[in-house]
Amino acid sequence: MVEKKSMKPLSEFEIGENGVIVKVAGEGAIRRRLFDMGLTPGTGVYLRKKAPFGDPFEITIRGYELTLRKAEAAYVEMAVER
Amino acid sequence: MKRYALAGNPNCGKTTLFNCLTGSTAHVGNWPGVTVDKREGTYKKGEDPISIVDLPGIYSLSPYTPEEVISRNYILDEKPDCVIDIVDVTNLERNLYLTTQIMEIDVPVVIALNMMDLMQKQGDTIDEKELEKRLGVPVVRISALKGEGLDELMRRAQEVSGQGRKGKTVLDECTLTHLIGDVRIALSGAGVENPLFHAVKLVECDEIEVQMHPTAFKMVEEFKGVFKDELFGADFEALVADARYKYITKHYSPLLVKKNKGLKHSKSDKADKILTHKWAGIPIFLVILFGIFHLTFSEDLLWLGSIFGFSTLEELGFSENFGTSLLACVYDGVIFSPGMILFNLMDLLTSTVFGWIVAGVEALGAADWAIGLIQDGILGGLGGVLSFVPQIVMLLLLLSILEDSGYMARVAFILDRIFRRFGVSGRAFIPMIMGFGCSIPAMVNTRTLADERERTLTIRTIPFFSCGAKLPILVGVAGAVAHITGLGDGSLISFSMYVVGMLLAVVSILLMRSTTQRGEVAPFIMELPPYHTPSGKGLMIHLWDKTKHYIEKVFTIILASTVLVWFLSNFGWNWQMVEIENSILASVGQLLQPVFTPLGFGSQLNSFGWVFVVAAATGLIAKEEVIATFGTLAAVFAGVLAPELSVEGATEVMKMVVGTGITWQGLVSFIIFNMTTIPCFAAVAAAKGEIQKGKFRWTVAFWVVASYTTSALAYTVLSWWWTAFIWVAVAIAVGFAIRLWNKKISKKA
Repeated sequence: MVEKKSMKPLSEFEIGENGVIVKVAGEGAIRRRLFDMGLTPGTGVYLRKKAPFGDPFEITIRGYELTLRKAEAAYVEMAVER
Repeated sequence: MKRYALAGNPNCGKTTLFNCLTGSTAHVGNWPGVTVDKREGTYKKGEDPISIVDLPGIYSLSPYTPEEVISRNYILDEKPDCVIDIVDVTNLERNLYLTTQIMEIDVPVVIALNMMDLMQKQGDTIDEKELEKRLGVPVVRISALKGEGLDELMRRAQEVSGQGRKGKTVLDECTLTHLIGDVRIALSGAGVENPLFHAVKLVECDEIEVQMHPTAFKMVEEFKGVFKDELFGADFEALVADARYKYITKHYSPLLVKKNKGLKHSKSDKADKILTHKWAGIPIFLVILFGIFHLTFSEDLLWLGSIFGFSTLEELGFSENFGTSLLACVYDGVIFSPGMILFNLMDLLTSTVFGWIVAGVEALGAADWAIGLIQDGILGGLGGVLSFVPQIVMLLLLLSILEDSGYMARVAFILDRIFRRFGVSGRAFIPMIMGFGCSIPAMVNTRTLADERERTLTIRTIPFFSCGAKLPILVGVAGAVAHITGLGDGSLISFSMYVVGMLLAVVSILLMRSTTQRGEVAPFIMELPPYHTPSGKGLMIHLWDKTKHYIEKVFTIILASTVLVWFLSNFGWNWQMVEIENSILASVGQLLQPVFTPLGFGSQLNSFGWVFVVAAATGLIAKEEVIATFGTLAAVFAGVLAPELSVEGATEVMKMVVGTGITWQGLVSFIIFNMTTIPCFAAVAAAKGEIQKGKFRWTVAFWVVASYTTSALAYTVLSWWWTAFIWVAVAIAVGFAIRLWNKKISKKA
């Protein structure tokens, strides 16, 4: 069964939303860091929390909690899961 | 002696394992990056002693952060007999990602599956026999916290440590496998050690490797020209990272069977909801911080005494005896905070014991100068410092609880947005808070910050977060301020001094970010470890370590320098005993004191300004020394000043300070100066080690200028309110000048 999926960057996710990583943009150390922390295409991400003032985010990925800023989350292109 | 290296992700229990194996007392924290330098210990329970090296926690062997480079170079160059790779089983995939990289090096590896107890509690299971088969290296279940499985781990490590091991990669299934193979053969032909590891890193276009093997890198570049992946293009670094994770999820992850697939809501989640709440999070943090200082310093716990108007012991009709003094340590019209109770008890203990010593020496009929040396030089100085040791330890205990529980990482999370405005990431706030304990580990910890400029900014501002050793200055001198101004509670003054330090940090960061340290705020991608209750044993070990360190310092370096201060304040240039005003110390101090006139503790105090100048100077040896110097001088001064003094209930130090005729504004300025100026020599050495060459001299100059300006500002504005206008005008002018200058620069660029 193919679900209908919509795409948007992780930075536009709302709290409680689930998705799967499609692509990671950016370059150099930041991009490598995102990969090293396990943000590779095909991985499921759950947006758990936003800090006061809506930034940074806390996500659950590969079973652990990771925080990253909105600016960094903007590099992560996601397919939204419903 | 054989050497085993411990490698693993940050926060995987590496330091706990290190402590278990070596019986060492290294501090364990619950946030990423506790171990930032490698550390060595000895395992003595086996047949032969084995040297254990604890490497910094890392996520990857990338070339981007200093601690990753330290670990990588250690394994490659120092060739340990075995690498024990600690894998946190509750966080399997990300931990194995590092494992796949370590496995590529030609070194024996044993995997320690840690946190087995936690995993079993969650009802999960893992097939470690199958994992061992698939990885091709021994896998041992352990629980570092409970000390389980360690003998087996060391036995397996012993087995493999003699044998060599050829590197192995999980990249065989990916599109780059042939390129990796070709580069490996080329490197191997050129006699390079660890050809597989270097080949993979070359394919990743790792900047360190590209410089080391330029010829082999040409092969990678050629291949890049013809290669095209639909998702990654020719970005091999990304492709390799992706391939590693793909392999892990396909071959290793299924071996871990989770009981609860969905999201679980534990107790810690509920606590977390409140602690990091959208609105309440930041206020809660401020309350916790204030609570820590209140518990440590307050002379009126929860303001109960003032609110209910308790009677003092005297009013209650207690007679003066030892029992009453003991009771007065806890209650005297007010209930003291735990920190103050400890201080009072220690003070009672030292003054009682010192009283006996002096009586004993006098009974022996010692010479006057010897009695003076012991009573004033040694006991006067040490007494002032020793009384504070329990209070310092109390402050450290409370800060350690914050660290160990995992709350500190959340503080970085909730404050990042605000800190970014000032020019540093929330991550930089962790070493800053650590600075409240001691500047040295705080400065070393800045190594986990990836950005060079951010590191410089953080190191420079760490001393503004007043450390434990500055606590005696705060409490002692703030007490004098409270006496002069008639404000009852010194703790409020102490707390506001902390706030001044933090404000100065913010202003300095803003200034440096717009002048010498321009640049974007470093990225903030950080793991938030699960909350856990701090282990009582761990805390005790850590505190005992610190207490020992302080007491050692008191009886070595501080003892030596107080004796020196006593000598210099009792002898003149003719090497004869003289009145203190004619001593060597006084004449040198008086030469320097005009410099401190704008700060309120210079020439305006006539013949007494030098007292403060000398105390501040001795603070460079160790910050406790400031109060120790006061203690020694107070004792020497007693004859000169005491008659005109009628400060009731004040300590000797306070009597002396008040007796010099200093204004309370001058005292506030004195506290600020000591809190913000060049830290103790040990911290200066730490800063020198951590900061880039060439920036160190400027850092010292910065501390001098920042502390001098801030103290002068505090003194003038508090003394003559209208000077505030002058300072504001100067600040605006400086702001404008920087703006103009920056515009000029951006135009050029």
